Amino acid sequence: MKTVISWPSNRYQLLHWSNRALIHLLAVAGAAAFLIPFLWMISTSLKPMEKIFQYPPQWMPEPILWRNYVEALTVMPFALYFRNSIFVTVLSVVGQILSSAVVAYGFARLRFPGRDILFIILLATMMLPWQVTMIPLFILFRNLGWINTYYPLIVPNFLGGSPFFIFLLRQFFLTLPLELDEAAKLDGCGPFRILWQILLPLAIPGLTTVAIFSFLWNWNEFLWPLIVLNDIDKWTIPLGLNGFRDQYGTDWNHLMAASFVASLPVIIIFFMFQSYFIQGIATTGAKG
Amino acid sequence: MSSSQAQADLAGNGRAGRRRPRMSGIARKEAIAGYIAISPWLLGFLIFQLVPILAALYISSTEWRILSVPEFIGLRNFDKLLFNDDLFWQSIKVTVIYVIFRVPFSAMLSLALALLMNQQLAGRRLFRTIYYLPAVIPLVAVSMMWIWIFNPEYGVMNSIIRVFGIEGPQWIHSSRWALPALIIMSLWQVGTGMVIFLAGLQGIPAHLYEAATIDGANTWQKFLSITLPMLSPVVLFALVMNVIGSFQIFTQAYIMTGGGPGNATLFLVLYIYRNAFEWFHMGYAAALAWVLFLVVLIISIIMLRSSERWVHYEGRMGGA
Repeated sequence: MKTVISWPSNRYQLLHWSNRALIHLLAVAGAAAFLIPFLWMISTSLKPMEKIFQYPPQWMPEPILWRNYVEALTVMPFALYFRNSIFVTVLSVVGQILSSAVVAYGFARLRFPGRDILFIILLATMMLPWQVTMIPLFILFRNLGWINTYYPLIVPNFLGGSPFFIFLLRQFFLTLPLELDEAAKLDGCGPFRILWQILLPLAIPGLTTVAIFSFLWNWNEFLWPLIVLNDIDKWTIPLGLNGFRDQYGTDWNHLMAASFVASLPVIIIFFMFQSYFIQGIATTGAKG
Repeated sequence: MSSSQAQADLAGNGRAGRRRPRMSGIARKEAIAGYIAISPWLLGFLIFQLVPILAALYISSTEWRILSVPEFIGLRNFDKLLFNDDLFWQSIKVTVIYVIFRVPFSAMLSLALALLMNQQLAGRRLFRTIYYLPAVIPLVAVSMMWIWIFNPEYGVMNSIIRVFGIEGPQWIHSSRWALPALIIMSLWQVGTGMVIFLAGLQGIPAHLYEAATIDGANTWQKFLSITLPMLSPVVLFALVMNVIGSFQIFTQAYIMTGGGPGNATLFLVLYIYRNAFEWFHMGYAAALAWVLFLVVLIISIIMLRSSERWVHYEGRMGGA
């Protein structure tokens, strides 16, 4: 119920206020439950070892050990993993934006035989569990000599990227007035100049949404890098975190510090671009 | 196949459509541009999806230890997994239980949160942020957090339970509680579903509620007869995507439990991964992957078919 009408009668007013109080109470209780894991991670990351194995747990670390972060990030080459992750992620994002924008433009604006059926195929591929392609792709990249390189993580993103992004940008292009294309065509613009000079600048909100989700998914990806990267110095952040745990499994303070730092770029991006996240999910229902 | 060849083929197909009048020069130019525009996706679809799926089917009919030559063995891999592999059935059982519990619970929780966020609420943006944030954190980091949360002695989960004077279970260290633990953890990441439902709720026209209020409907009646039917297409979409996603669970189990204890969390994708990349049984792993593909395909089709009975689409009002 969106609009709660204030009835003149006291009984209804009372009901209305108790309802509102209940709603706020629920929201606060829910938020507390959702925040506990974060607070627990941050609290643990700042504790000395002997305070970690303690019951009842102490929420406020005493003393606060900032150097846990320094130690966690230096016992393994996390700076290197950050660089690797940024390299892979940035190139993947560029590839996904470029290819999904061009493809989306084709589906949204150009008429060609078979367009509708191809678009239905594209939508259907959203439902494909990609693990069915994992073994042949591994063999393909192995024959190409690409195992233990970043090519398998990056190149597929330049070929279509993700059906979610194509769908999202197509919906976005459909909202732009067709008169723009018509006018440019009369001026002698070819279809790709129309895309590049007229539609893309107008589609920046849509492209930003794609960039953010693409960053998020590529940054967080685990299984595929696990399969194609072998050398420790090629690892991305999620692989590094996994390797850290294999070696220092019970150093909970360091493990939590490393986990927090690994999450930090996504958290920052999320806070900066929150409305784009919400918008993107609302249009595509991206990734259940 | 080179990309220009692919485009030429496609343009050729377009030209061959004889039932329609021949395309004008302008239309043909536009069509060619169209094929060029979608060619990255089309190539990606062929190279990274369609051909690999078919290749996986071929590989599944071989005995192939990556370094040797694949040996054709027909349907023996499928015969083995169906009739001679307890671990396969264990992985199916565990995965199906996970899906059966995770999907409805997370749908209910995300719907509840969306309804809450759709109220007049002070600080709504902040609440939305808090509920959504867990869904964007890297799953590996989330798994690390929850291993520690589920620590039986010092973890926050059992210390909260202890407040009620009960000793909590061993969670991921117990073959009985490991799977429920992963289901509970997955409910922390319902933010995406919440946002989908919230967008759906905000798309319901307010006049429907106003009319129902005039007719004297109470909140519950309005929820049942307006909110749920109007939301049902969104619910269907969210459920289907959630089922597909849940069948693919891997990272949590790989990191938190390693499939254990006693294979209690040996999910299908984890079992595929082990066969392919730890034991190098490529043929058998490909057969397992095809089972995953078929199961997901069949369940999606059943869900979409059955939806005709319960999903309400605008413009088809009335009629039970």
